Amino acid sequence: MSAKEKKVHHDKEPDLRGTLASVSLVGLFIVITWVGAFTLFLSRGF
Amino acid sequence: MHIHKFEKYWLIAGIGGLIVFLVILGFGAFYLGTHPQSHGIVIDPENIEANEAFKKENLGLHEIGDGKYVLNVVASAFNYDLGVDEDGKPVKHIQIPKDSKVLIQATTPDVIHGFNIAGTNANMMVEPGYISSMEVTFKKPGEYTLVCNEYCGTGHHLMYATVEVVE
Amino acid sequence: MAIEKLETYQDERLPLVITKQESRLYMSFIYVAFIALLIGGLMGLLQVLVRSGHFTLPAGIDYYQVLTVHGVILALVLTTFFIIGFQFALMGKTVGISDRQRRLGWLSFWTMTIGTAITATTILLGKASVLYTFYAPLQAHPAFYIGLTLVIVGSWIAAFVNFHQLAVWKKKHPGEKSPLLAFMVCINMAMWLICSIGVAVSVLFHIIPWSLGWIPSINVLLSRTLFWYFGHPLVYFWLLPAYMAWYAIIPKIIGGKIFSDALARLSFVLFLFFSIPVGLHHQLTEPGLDSTWKFIQVVLTLMVVIPSLMTAFSMFATFEITGRKKGYGGLFGWLKHLPWKDVRFVAPFVGMLAFIPGGAGGIINASHQMNSLVHNTIWVTGHFHLTVATTVVLTFFGVAYWLIPHLTGRTLTKSINNLGLVQTYLWAIGMTIMSAAMHIQGLLGGPRRSNFSDYGGTEQAAEWGWYQLAQAIGGSILFIAIILMVYIVAKLAFFAPKGEEEFPIAEEEENAEPTPMWLENWKLWIAITIALILFAYTVPIMDVIQNAPPGSPPFDWPIGNS
Ligand code: HEM
Ligand SMILES: [Cu+2]
Ligand SMILES: [Cu+2]
Repeated sequence: MSAKEKKVHHDKEPDLRGTLASVSLVGLFIVITWVGAFTLFLSRGF
Repeated sequence: MHIHKFEKYWLIAGIGGLIVFLVILGFGAFYLGTHPQSHGIVIDPENIEANEAFKKENLGLHEIGDGKYVLNVVASAFNYDLGVDEDGKPVKHIQIPKDSKVLIQATTPDVIHGFNIAGTNANMMVEPGYISSMEVTFKKPGEYTLVCNEYCGTGHHLMYATVEVVE
Repeated sequence: MAIEKLETYQDERLPLVITKQESRLYMSFIYVAFIALLIGGLMGLLQVLVRSGHFTLPAGIDYYQVLTVHGVILALVLTTFFIIGFQFALMGKTVGISDRQRRLGWLSFWTMTIGTAITATTILLGKASVLYTFYAPLQAHPAFYIGLTLVIVGSWIAAFVNFHQLAVWKKKHPGEKSPLLAFMVCINMAMWLICSIGVAVSVLFHIIPWSLGWIPSINVLLSRTLFWYFGHPLVYFWLLPAYMAWYAIIPKIIGGKIFSDALARLSFVLFLFFSIPVGLHHQLTEPGLDSTWKFIQVVLTLMVVIPSLMTAFSMFATFEITGRKKGYGGLFGWLKHLPWKDVRFVAPFVGMLAFIPGGAGGIINASHQMNSLVHNTIWVTGHFHLTVATTVVLTFFGVAYWLIPHLTGRTLTKSINNLGLVQTYLWAIGMTIMSAAMHIQGLLGGPRRSNFSDYGGTEQAAEWGWYQLAQAIGGSILFIAIILMVYIVAKLAFFAPKGEEEFPIAEEEENAEPTPMWLENWKLWIAITIALILFAYTVPIMDVIQNAPPGSPPFDWPIGNS
C-alpha cells in the first residue's frame, strides 16, 4: 500500500475510547481474580 | 495490516500482564521450588510392596525426627490405605502437629486416583506406575478431609479419610 | 445441479443460496445436536438433584453412568454435531457445495450418528461408565471406543469436504482472498484434524486392542498425554465457531460492519498455532511429566490468551463504531444502540459476558503451581459450564434462532424471539447460580465428578452440601431453560410461519484496508503449527515412553463392567 493511502486511513481512525475503557475493565477483572487466587494459593502455604 | 492505536495499547498491556504472571510463577517454580508435584519415580503397580515406602508396615504417618514426618499412602479402588492402628483396625484419621513438615508419598496398584487434602495445596494425581510425592507444611489447625478427586469407579465418592492438624 | 449452480453464481458476490437438498443435510446435524441437548440436560438435572443429597436415582441407575451420558452427549455429541452442521452451512453459503461434496457430507453425518448410537448403547447397558475422558486403565466395553472413533472419523470426512469446498472456490477465483467465514471454518477443521489424530492413534493402536485383550497392558501416562494433546484443542474446536459468529455474523445483526477482516484472520491463525502444543496444562499435577516441560507448555498456554484479547477488543470496537455511526456518543453511550430485544444478538452477547469470568478462570487453571488450588475440584466444572456450556452454547442458540428458520423456510416470529429472550435470561440466571456455587465449593476443596457423599461427616463436607444445594437450584432453572430451547427449536423447525429468514453475514467497511494476502499462506501456517507441536511434545513423549513403568492391565470391575 502506498504511503498516501496509509495516511488517508490513519486520519479516519475511529473513536474507540469506549472500547479502550471496556477492555481495561476486562483486564482489571482478570488481574484482580488472578491476584486473588494467587493470594489464596500462597495463604495455603507450602 | 492496520492496528488501531488503542488496540496496540491493549495488546501491549495484555501481553505485559501475562508476562508478569509468568515471571511470578516462574520465580516461584524454579527459584523457590514450588513446581506442581512431579518426580518421575516409577514403581511396578503390580508389586508396589517392592518399594520400602509401600510395605504394609510402613503405611501411614511416621515421625522421622525433629518435626519431620512421612505419610505413605496406597490409594486403591475405593480406599486410602493409611496402615493399621494398635488394634489392627484400618487408620482413617491421622493427626499431624501444626507446622511440621510432612513428606507425602502415594501410589496405586490399580487405576488412577486423586489425592487432595481439601482446602490445602496438597493436590496430586496418583497414577499406576508412579509415585506421587510432595512436601507440605500444615499451618492452620483444624480437620481436613482427604478426598479422591479423580474418578476411579462406582465407589469414587466413598474414598476418603480425615487429617487433623493439631496445636 | 451443483456444478451449474456454482457457475450461475460464479460472477455474483456473496452470498450463495442454500438449496433444499443442502438444508436437509445441515439440519440433520442440528437435529441430533438438540436431541443431545435434551438428553444431556436431563442427566444434568439428575446430577444436581442427586448431589443435593435429597434424591436417589431409581432402578439401580448409577450416578457415574448418568455423568458419562452427560459428558459424552453434551461435550462430544452436541458440540461436534452442531459445529459441523453450522460450518457446512457457512461453507455452503460462502463458497458453495457440489453434489458430490454433499453426498460425502451425508457419509460424514451417518458415520458420526452410527458411532454415537454405538457408544450410547454401551453406556446405557452400563458397560462404559468411564466418563467422557475414558482414562485408562479403567476399561469400557470395546464398542464404546469404536463408536467414539466413528464419530471422529465422520468429523474428518466433514473436514476434508470443507477443505475441498474452499479449494474449488479458490480455483474459480484466482488471486482473490477467500471469504472470511470459509477461511475460519478451514482453520478450525485443520486444527481439529491435527489434534484428533493424537486421540485416534491412542484409541486405535492402544486402547481398543487393549480393551479387546489383544495386548495385555497399556502405558497409562502415554494414553493420557495423547488424550490431552487432543483435549485442549477440543475446547478451541468448540470456541472457534462461536468466534466465527461473533466476528462475522453479529456485526450484521447489530447493523454494523466487520471491524477488521485481517485481524480476525490473524487471531484464527494464532489459535491454530497455540491451541495444540499446550495439553500438559491439564496434567500439571501428574507424577510422571517433567516440570520444566510443564512450564514451557504453560507459557504457550498463555500465548493462546492473546487472540482472545484481540477478539475482546474487536467485539467492543464493532459495538462502539456502529453505535457512534448511529449518533450515540460518550464513553459508553454506544451501548444503548445495541438490539437488546433481538435474541439473535442477546443470546451470543450473554455468551460473551460469560467468557470474561470464564477466561479469567482459565488463566488461573493454567497457572502452573497454582493449578493445585483448583485441580479436579468442582471449580473446574464451574469453569467449563461458563465457557462451553454458556459462551459456546448460548452463541450456538443465537445462531439457531436464524439458521434453523433459514434452512426450513420459516421465520423467527416476534413471539418466538421473545421466548428466546426468556430462554437466554433463564440460562444466565441458572448458570450464574450453579457456576458460582461450583467455583466457591471448588476453592473450598470440593471434588468434581462425585456422587453425593458426606465424607464420613466432616465439617468441610457439610459446608460443601450447601453449595451443592445451590447447584441444584441453579441446575433446575437451567433444565427449564433447556426444555424451553428444545420447544423453540421444534417450533422453528416445524411450526413457525413459512417465509424467508435472513442468513446474516457481515461485510467489510466500504473503504476497509485490503487484507494482506500473506494471511492465506496455508502451508506456512500448517508448518508452524506442526513445528510448535514437535517442539512442545517431542521430549515429553519420548520421556514418557523411555522411562515407562510396567504397563497396566485393564480394570473393568471398578466401573461395574465385569
Ligand atoms: C441443565 C443443564 C446442566 C446441568 C444442570 C449440568 C450439571 C452438571 C453437573 C452438576 C456436573 C458435575 C457433576 C460431577 O462432577 O459430579 C456436570 C458436568 C459436566 N457438564 Fe454439565 N450441566 C448442564 C449442562 C451442560 C452443558 C450444556 C454442557 C456442555 C455443552 C455440559 C457439559 C458438562 C461436562 C463436559 C461435564 C463434565 C463431566 C465429567 O466430569 O465427566 N453441561 N454438569
Ligand atoms: Cu476416586
Ligand atoms: Cu486446556
